[in-house]
Amino acid sequence: MSKRLVIYLMAGRETPELAEAAVEGGADVVELGFPFSDPLADGPVIRRAAERALAEGMRTDACLECLADTRSRVDVPLVPMTYAALLEAHGYDRFEQDAREAGATSLIVADLPVDAEPGLRRVQLVAPTSTDERIGLAAEHTDGWLYLVTVTGTTGARNGLSPALAGLVGRARRTTDVPLYAGFGITTPEHAQAAAELVDGVVVGTRAVEVAEEGPAALSDYVRSLSTMLH
Amino acid sequence: MTVGLYGAYGGRYVPETLIPALDELALGWEDARADDEFHRELHELLTTFGGRPTPLTLTERFAPGKRLYLKREDLLHTGAHKLNNTLGQALLARRLGKQRIVAETGAGQHGVATATVCARFGFDCVVYMGAEDMERQRPNVERMYLLGAEVRPVEFGTKTLREATSEAIRDWISNVETTHYLIGSCVGPHPYPSIVRELQSVIGREAREQILQAEERLPDVAVACVGGGSNAIGLFAGFLEDSAVRLLGVEAEEAASLGDGRTGVLHGARSSLLADEDGQILDAHSVAAGLDYPGVGPEHAFLRDTGRAEYVTATDAEALAALHRLAETEGIVPALEPSHALARVDGLEGELILVCLSGRGDKDLARV
Repeated sequence: MSKRLVIYLMAGRETPELAEAAVEGGADVVELGFPFSDPLADGPVIRRAAERALAEGMRTDACLECLADTRSRVDVPLVPMTYAALLEAHGYDRFEQDAREAGATSLIVADLPVDAEPGLRRVQLVAPTSTDERIGLAAEHTDGWLYLVTVTGTTGARNGLSPALAGLVGRARRTTDVPLYAGFGITTPEHAQAAAELVDGVVVGTRAVEVAEEGPAALSDYVRSLSTMLH
Repeated sequence: MTVGLYGAYGGRYVPETLIPALDELALGWEDARADDEFHRELHELLTTFGGRPTPLTLTERFAPGKRLYLKREDLLHTGAHKLNNTLGQALLARRLGKQRIVAETGAGQHGVATATVCARFGFDCVVYMGAEDMERQRPNVERMYLLGAEVRPVEFGTKTLREATSEAIRDWISNVETTHYLIGSCVGPHPYPSIVRELQSVIGREAREQILQAEERLPDVAVACVGGGSNAIGLFAGFLEDSAVRLLGVEAEEAASLGDGRTGVLHGARSSLLADEDGQILDAHSVAAGLDYPGVGPEHAFLRDTGRAEYVTATDAEALAALHRLAETEGIVPALEPSHALARVDGLEGELILVCLSGRGDKDLARV
């Protein structure tokens, strides 16, 4: 089994080095959080990480510099993940252009449903509550892979893999051939392995953000514990 | 396709998880609006439970040289205009088969109005309230407890309405299949701004009829305070087509989303916000918890841009002075929020003035 492992890190001063460590540990893609002050899709861990990042000055321009610095250190796809408020302020086209110039492979915007800003190329998200019609629409417009939100909820560690994932994967597979990556709530190597039985890639955010606080070596070890289950 | 727009404002900026629920809500609302039974039941509740129509009171001494009328939403059951909205949305939630209600509250008036309808309809009720607001609006917290609601303190950020709203939306994201989010103002993703506006428009409809009856003409100016803007949009809705009636919204000086704001996205909609050049939301400040919010309903941003309504500000001190003056000259203790509207009556051009007295001041006694 060889499935893709996506690791989410909040943009910050240490992030380029952390991203390097994540890739050493086996991350195939790195999502880079551009923090927003009022992140509705996020649970407490990522919300607090965003508050800390903003307090240390990680505004849009600093995040773009962080992205470029990360790009110079790793070869894997880099995907900024953020909220519509930042694109609204920066300009949607300009944000996309600046992000790509800084080395972004695509974008994820947590609160921009597929029918908003159709001109913006991005990885689309679908959730267990999505109708088949909306899954089809998101698959049609997505950039590279489709992000399956495994839970009806916000980001954050869970005790087990969401039972809603299997049904969502089944509905998505009937609709589309694009690769399906699952995220939200995937915390342990066992969760990652169970999810990988169903999908083509696994996204780990909250737990990675927590471990990243312990430094690059700890992050690299944690990512390796996930990637050995997937690769 | 972008839905629910007021000019460039409004829309649905929410995680995909909520989109089917917003679609369901929009359909359920259209269905209810077309149903005579819904209107009959809402009217019955507003009348026999809420106490509508609320009176229009001509002031005696507050504004010498003017004929100042107060639309007395402070006399509505629970003490503020918020019940107009919660009764309508409770009926809607029941039609949608939801048994659990989640809401945010700032001043606590929306929380009390939500807890009240939940008690009456037998719904489970969770209200998110900033820890700072729980402290400064303690009487309303006690009322919510009495009514059987669970009040969840929000302990991060500014600990006010802004974070309470975020937490209520996060709760809704996690419980969307069983829960109706009973938003308290004309903010949030489509269709909420239009639902709240329509449910609050009873204020303007009644006030228009009442002032015509009393004066045989329309007011020169209609004034209301603006936090999220629901009492103002409800009042303005009655006079939007009357181009001779000047519409004036009064924001708290350090929470002037319309006066000092820029276009941005917060809590599911594009509107005029207190935000920095990167779109990060800035802190608002007001002595009035119900106005202490960095956003505003998208229709107000639209009315500002078109020039149909104007928006000015009042300071904390001006609002406090107006509160005391109304109490001493008229025998009415207003809430701090509509005291901002009262503070701008002095110096207004025009002789016949209508102010929405959106709530009573009992909750504020410890602060004034």
